[in-house]
Formats: sequence, C-alpha cells, structure tokens
Amino acid sequence: MNATLQPRVADPVKLAAVAQRLRLHVLRMAERVGQGYVGQGLGISDLLTVLYFHFLRHDPQRPDWVERDRFILSIGHYAIGLYAALAEAGIIPVDELDSYGADGSRLEMSAPETLTGVEMTGGSLGHGFGQAVGMALGQRLAGRDARTVVLMSDGELQEGSTWEAAMAAAHHRLDRLIAFVDHNRQQADGPPERVMGIESIPDKFRAFGWHAQRIDGNDRMAIVAALDAALTAPAGMPRVIVLDTVMGCGVPLFANREKNHFIRVGADEWAIARRQASEVA
Amino acid sequence: MTATATPARGVSGNILTSDTGGATRLASAPFGHALIAAGERDSRIVGLTADLGKYTDIHLFAERFPQRFFQVGMAEQNLIGIAAGLARTGWVPFTTTYCVFATRRAYDFIAIGAALGRANVKIVAGLPGLTTGYGGTHQGIEDLALMRAIPNLVVIDPCDATEMAQATAAAAAHDGPVYLRLLRGQVPVVFDPATHRFAIGAANLVRDGGDAAIISTGLMTGRALDAATTLAAEGINVAVLHLPTLKPFDHEAVLSLLARVPRVVVAENHVIHGGLASAVADAVADAGLAVRLQRIGIPDCFCESGSLPYLVRRYAMDAPSIAAAVHRVLDPRPTPG
Ligand SMILES: Cc1ncc(C[n+]2csc(CCOP(=O)(O)OP(=O)(O)O)c2C)c(N)n1
Ligand SMILES: [Mg+2]
Repeated sequence: MNATLQPRVADPVKLAAVAQRLRLHVLRMAERVGQGYVGQGLGISDLLTVLYFHFLRHDPQRPDWVERDRFILSIGHYAIGLYAALAEAGIIPVDELDSYGADGSRLEMSAPETLTGVEMTGGSLGHGFGQAVGMALGQRLAGRDARTVVLMSDGELQEGSTWEAAMAAAHHRLDRLIAFVDHNRQQADGPPERVMGIESIPDKFRAFGWHAQRIDGNDRMAIVAALDAALTAPAGMPRVIVLDTVMGCGVPLFANREKNHFIRVGADEWAIARRQASEVA
Repeated sequence: MTATATPARGVSGNILTSDTGGATRLASAPFGHALIAAGERDSRIVGLTADLGKYTDIHLFAERFPQRFFQVGMAEQNLIGIAAGLARTGWVPFTTTYCVFATRRAYDFIAIGAALGRANVKIVAGLPGLTTGYGGTHQGIEDLALMRAIPNLVVIDPCDATEMAQATAAAAAHDGPVYLRLLRGQVPVVFDPATHRFAIGAANLVRDGGDAAIISTGLMTGRALDAATTLAAEGINVAVLHLPTLKPFDHEAVLSLLARVPRVVVAENHVIHGGLASAVADAVADAGLAVRLQRIGIPDCFCESGSLPYLVRRYAMDAPSIAAAVHRVLDPRPTPG
C-alpha cells in the first residue's frame, strides 16, 4: 500500500466542535432564505466535517493544487452543507455565507463549479458519480495518488447513470475512488421504499465488484473508522460507504419532525434550532 | 386560427409559476385537475412520474386513480421507456418531470421510444424557461428547440391556467406523442375559460393592431398583452398573435399577419435561438417576406440563479423590454448587429 494511504489519527473533540460550527452555519444560511435544504445540510455535516478536517488532503490557500484529493458533490442541492464546510475550512470567506441564495451571489442554492472549491456542478442528479470515475481514471493516468471522493444520495441510486458508473469503476479497478451514499430515506415524493425501492444498497454494490460498508452516517468516529477500513481494503476495487443519516440531525426539533424533501420551518423556530444545535456536541 | 379570445381583465402579465407576479386571478393545479377529467372520460389514460409527482401536480391524478398511476423513481430515461411500452399495449400514458430532465436526459428515449413510431406518449414538463430561480441545472431554456427538432412530436407551450387545462384535454384526445410545457401550482388566468379555445396547431390573434406585431408563446403572451396596453396608451397599436403550439406551426396565421404588419417582436420564455423566433424566421424566409424582427428571450447563455423578478429583468424578459423591442422595430434606422 502506498504510504500516503495510511490512516491518520482523528481527534473526536476537534471534530465535534467543527461539526457543531457547520450546523450553525447551515442554520444561519437557511434562516436567511426561509428554508433551503436545511435538513440535508444538517444531516451531512458529520461527513463533511470528517472529510474536510480529517481525511481530504487539500490546501485552503491553493484550492486548485493539482495533487489535492477531490471531493465531488453530485447532489448540488446539498450545497448549503458544502458551503459551511468550505467556509469553516477557509476556502471561502465565512461572511460570504450570508449571501446564500441571494440575487447575484456566488453561493447559489445548488453548488456551481464557478465557486472556489466546487469541483463540478451537481444538481442534475446522476452526474457526479460518472465524473468522479473520470477523475479517478485521470488521476491514475497522470500518476498521482490523489483520492477521489464522491457524495451521492439514495435518490440518485435510481438513475441508470449511477450503475453505469459503478460498473465502470469496478471494471477499471479504481481503488482510490471512495463513494458515499447519503441514505437519509428521503427523496422528492417520499421515502425511497415507497417511491422506488433501492435496497439492499451494499449488496448491489458488492455485486458490481465494490468493497461496501454501511454505517451510522451521523457518527463521526464511525465515518473515520470506515475510511480507515476503506484505505486498507483489498487493492483493485472501488470503495463505497453507505451512510444511514437522519435529516435535520443535530437539531432535535427538525430531526424528530415528519419530513419530506423539504423540512418546513416556522419563522419562530430558528432561534430554538440554533439553541439546540449549540447544545448538542 | 381559432376565434379571438378575450384576455381576462386586471391580470398582470408577469406570469411566473412560482411567483405569480401579482396576478389577480389564479387557478390551482390546472394540469392535475384537467388530467383527472380526461381520465374520467378515457379509462386508457395512465399517469407516471419520475419522483416529481408532488411537484408537477400529477399527484392529484395519482390520488384519484391509484391503480392507473406508476411512480418510476428518479429515472427519466426509464420514465419515457416505460411510457412507450404502455402506449404500445394500448394505454395513454401522461408522464411528468421537469423540462430539463425530460429533454436533456431522456432525449433519445423521446426521439426513438415515443416519436419515431408515433407512440401515444405525453410528456408534461415543469419549470419551463425562467420559471425557477434555481439555476442552470433546472431552468428549461432550450427544451423547445430540442423538442421542435424531433419529427412527429407535437410541442405546446401554454400561456396560462386556462390553456394548460385545455391543452391537457387536447393532448389526451390527440393520437400521438406530445411535449407539453407545464405551468404548475397556482397558475395565473389570462384567458377567460368561457371564450378561449385552444386547438393543437392553431394560433390565436388575441389583439389586433396595425403598427407592429408581437408573436409570443407560453407565459410571454401575458407580458406581450401588458406591453401592448402600454404601447396603446402611447398611440402605438400592436397586434398580439399567441402561438401556443410550436409544432405543428401555424404558418398561415403568422404569414397573413406579417404580410399585413411586417414589423414583429417575437417573445418566448426560451433561448432566442431554435424556438419560436427561429420558427417565425424560417416561415418568413421560406415565404420570401421582408420583415423586421426583434427577439425577446433568453440570450445564448445559461442563466444565473436568483429570484424570478430579478432574473426576468436581468434577461430582459419583462413587459417593458417587449415594449422597448417594439420601439426598435418601428425605428426606421437599421438596427445594429
Ligand atoms: C436528474 C434529476 N431528476 C430529478 C431531479 C429533481 N429532484 C431534485 S432533488 C430530488 C430527490 C432526489 O433524491 P435525494 O437526493 O435522495 O433527495 P433528498 O434526500 O434531498 O430528499 C429530485 C427528484 C433532479 N434534480 N435531477
Ligand atoms: Mg435522499
């Protein structure tokens, strides 16, 4: 195994503090626009914390550093979470978060590649995985040991392009490709089991030739451990980590609410949400 | 050409599906209700969506006819493929998603599965042009160009709730593939349902005038009528020809108007190439008419994201921009560029 693929030691206290700040950024952005994808942003804060503050090799001073690990957000509507992470990591200014969704802002509701730190324009779902396969191929061809990490959603598993990409990644033995699936059990018309069943997700990936794990996606140290296991998994196969997450995680008011694709938030609820996000660690 | 329709009074032309632009009369989910009515008349009608039932008003049909509704998940190619299969076994499938996903993702499936063999597939597609501020991934800015290029396909861009409902009924009655732009949710009422008659392939002279013409489609007709009202107050009389069907194209209505009034502004909720303006220019060139033409629509770019009023102004798609374009076609000096 290449030396740069060695697992690193994670600091749970530091990660907890970062995750909390990401959640507060998400709430601040969502409050300004009245909703946004607050449930998705909160639910994915733990993953983004581990990626940007533990796993990814990147340089905030040089976001276009060619040796960087690439993080591809296929689900453009999760932009609110990514912006929080980019700001906290020092890649975009924290103050700019206040412009989320505003007319003329760089921080569009769906993450555009015109923004520093955004590797590709997601949002038309089912694109990120294929591009990630291409990036992983490209990095290998260039002789770089950079890793490619892609985040997609449970809803995206219904797109045919997802399985075209899964097949190609295994065929080309892209073992520096790590795919995450945010299994938040939501999509536009309801939970996937009612819309279009997608289980068993790990079994499907295994059948396609992938190394597959499934974990609690809101448990940061479980994410750290799964990444360690992914790094030490047998060579020659791409890795997938299915994250069982809770939309709105970190804010019990939202997490326990009857949900759909959007969480409806009353004007008076933001203060409660902020207080709850400040309490949990 | 169908009978002249009377526009309902007191309606702002700033028609936006999610920002109703101050319209005084709105109708709720005209497509959903019209599809239920069609489904009651014709038991062959079935509904399908690709994880956008709640966002395309077809959930109403699903509630009324649960046995005749199929959720296919977020899989637009499969949506059209399954619909084509249903059509080949005698059903009349109405599919819904957004314009961008229908036309960009599933283009080959529409061309081959639906259009080539004239399968009886209806594609009802939301967020046409600038009716969402969500940005380039969701704004269906070039769908009319893509759909118009496919043989056998009927292409409709309705103006308002009245026409949305009537076009749904017409699509159901038509034997063959149809692409119908969807206005969803609370939709402004421009045309009086009692007098307006939509027919596939028929243009509608909604206002006559001899100084200049506006030819418009979709929600731009509401804004065109507003522009015509403003211009009338300045003493400029403008004809407004509403062309809800891009294909088949009503050559006769367009050419007879432009032979009489050879100064025209074409307004569409779409990029200015490949859509209505191109169709008008083709017709004019084929007929050898000399016409001054100005185009109102989205320029050759992906649009920003932002609020709809901001975007509509930013891309000069509002009524004042249409009025300004009329002034340009009336200016005897050659237009630059
Ligand atoms: C190709 C494509 N089809 C449809 C949509 C519309 N859409 C946006 S989000 C969404 C739900 C997708 O599922 P998921 O990402 O799991 O949703 P979430 O967990 O955020 O509710 C849909 C259908 C889209 N963005 N892209
Ligand atoms: Mg989901």
